Amino acid sequence: MALERSDVEKIAHLARLGLGESEIPQTTETLNNILGLIDAMQAVNTDGIEPLAHPLETTQRLRADVVTEENHRDEYQAIAPAVENGLYLVPKVIE
Amino acid sequence: MHQLTLAEIARALAAKQFSAEELSRELLGRIRQLDPQLNSFITVTEEQALEQARAADARRASGENGALLGAPIAHKDLFCTRGVLTSCASKILTGFKAPYDATVVEKLAAAGTVTLGKLNMDEFAMGSANESSHYGPVKNPWDTSRVPGGSSGGSAAAVAARLIPAATGTDTGGSIRQPAALTNLTGLKPTYGRVSRWGMIAYASSLDQGGPIARTAEDCALLLGAMAGFDPKDSTSVDQPVDDYLAALNQPLTGLRIGLPKEYFGNGLDSRIAERVLAVVEELKKLGASVKDISLPNMKHAIPAYYVIAPAEASSNLSRFDGVRFGYRCENPQNLEDLYKRSRGEGFGAEVKRRIMVGTYALSAGYYDAYYLKAQKIRRLIKNDFLAAFGEVDLILGPTTPNPAWKLGEKANDPVSAYLEDIYTITANLAGIPGLSMPAGFVDGLPVGVQLLAPYFQEGRLLNVAHQYQQVSDWHTRTPTGF
Repeated sequence: MALERSDVEKIAHLARLGLGESEIPQTTETLNNILGLIDAMQAVNTDGIEPLAHPLETTQRLRADVVTEENHRDEYQAIAPAVENGLYLVPKVIE
Repeated sequence: MHQLTLAEIARALAAKQFSAEELSRELLGRIRQLDPQLNSFITVTEEQALEQARAADARRASGENGALLGAPIAHKDLFCTRGVLTSCASKILTGFKAPYDATVVEKLAAAGTVTLGKLNMDEFAMGSANESSHYGPVKNPWDTSRVPGGSSGGSAAAVAARLIPAATGTDTGGSIRQPAALTNLTGLKPTYGRVSRWGMIAYASSLDQGGPIARTAEDCALLLGAMAGFDPKDSTSVDQPVDDYLAALNQPLTGLRIGLPKEYFGNGLDSRIAERVLAVVEELKKLGASVKDISLPNMKHAIPAYYVIAPAEASSNLSRFDGVRFGYRCENPQNLEDLYKRSRGEGFGAEVKRRIMVGTYALSAGYYDAYYLKAQKIRRLIKNDFLAAFGEVDLILGPTTPNPAWKLGEKANDPVSAYLEDIYTITANLAGIPGLSMPAGFVDGLPVGVQLLAPYFQEGRLLNVAHQYQQVSDWHTRTPTGF
């Protein structure tokens, strides 16, 4: 199934990626080429095969439920684009 | 001085032939003089390097003598380094100075290495040519009109040009082994979980693994010994003792069973590369190895599966780059959605956007089973192929790449043709097994690599075989003209 312009616009929205009007035709073509490559997968018989999520098939390690991290707010905010009084600034969300 | 390997540097420093500071000054001078031809460094940390070198000299004067004490290296620019730009070669990480060191950086610093800077790469490690970097492409020192491979292209170019004796890299689908092959170096991708991923900016978390790029297997053994080990800060780090890789180097190869997968020698492989690879096999036979033809029947499905799994994981990992907490933010955002969309749209390059979109599509409602789940099933088939093969042989050998280094720009507008170059390397990432590429000669003056694959946690075996081959060959000692 080939992607159309509207599919690409929808995917870009889901990924919160701003795509310029001029980028859309080329992006659509390239994504269709990549999906063409990927679709070869559908011909493989995987009946009864369990999916492999982790190469060593281990599960998440657990640790004791104790605080191990210190507060790094000032360090982390020192590299943020816009902060004020310890808060990250973004455009107004609620009118 | 710049021609010395890490092992030779260790001996020279111990014998007081020169100091770590003198060595670093020499290499920093070479970087200034020669790197404009290659563009292998994004950041050179001269002052910090000289401080570290003096500290290493002081530690040595007080009686320490670690093999990496005073050894100059550089890190791929996706390992976080405290207070120094970590860019992932992306505009979106403009000005990002990590507040901490990656575990790999910390471990190597503790061993006394001197960091000369941060190395260029494909943006977010997505690429096989190092052409997707926001900081411009890296050139191959063997022919500066050609690509060095990727994504650890800066690491490979800098080591090949003798600007540094060794570097760190990362390998998600071949990003250590392929550039090593295209620049006449030895590069090792360890078993998934062997080297901590903490502070290593994530691309595809179930595939990513850090490792060394150097000129010899011995140097890779030295570095891996310092990089590997359990790290509670990485939830996928494996709690298992680290082998003595240096001790493993000198094991005889008598009785070693090598498998040659027929799928590695089929259509698409440059026949001159096949000749070079088979010549290596002949040498290994003289050293006592036996050879068997094997099959990895699902290898052909690896590229489609990889280009679902890696982009899917990337689309999730890269959602953290939002223009709010660090890095690039667009000018005058109208609202929050505009802030996200324009910061990301302007901050990411074309290849990264493509992969985020492929991944977003593959994970979107209604497509999960057809793409991600299907790819994970194929992933198991690929792992099963390896498990079956390692029941018959100790090691698998084949070419690292189907072709030597291509011309800059040649595949830049055709991502699918570049993806196909990963055919021999991505199966090791999907299965999580270790793989090594080492020099196997030249085709038209361009380096060719041979790849060795081993069962889980047998990095020592890979280094052993590569080291033994390097005792009876001299490809790895060749230096590109002009460097």
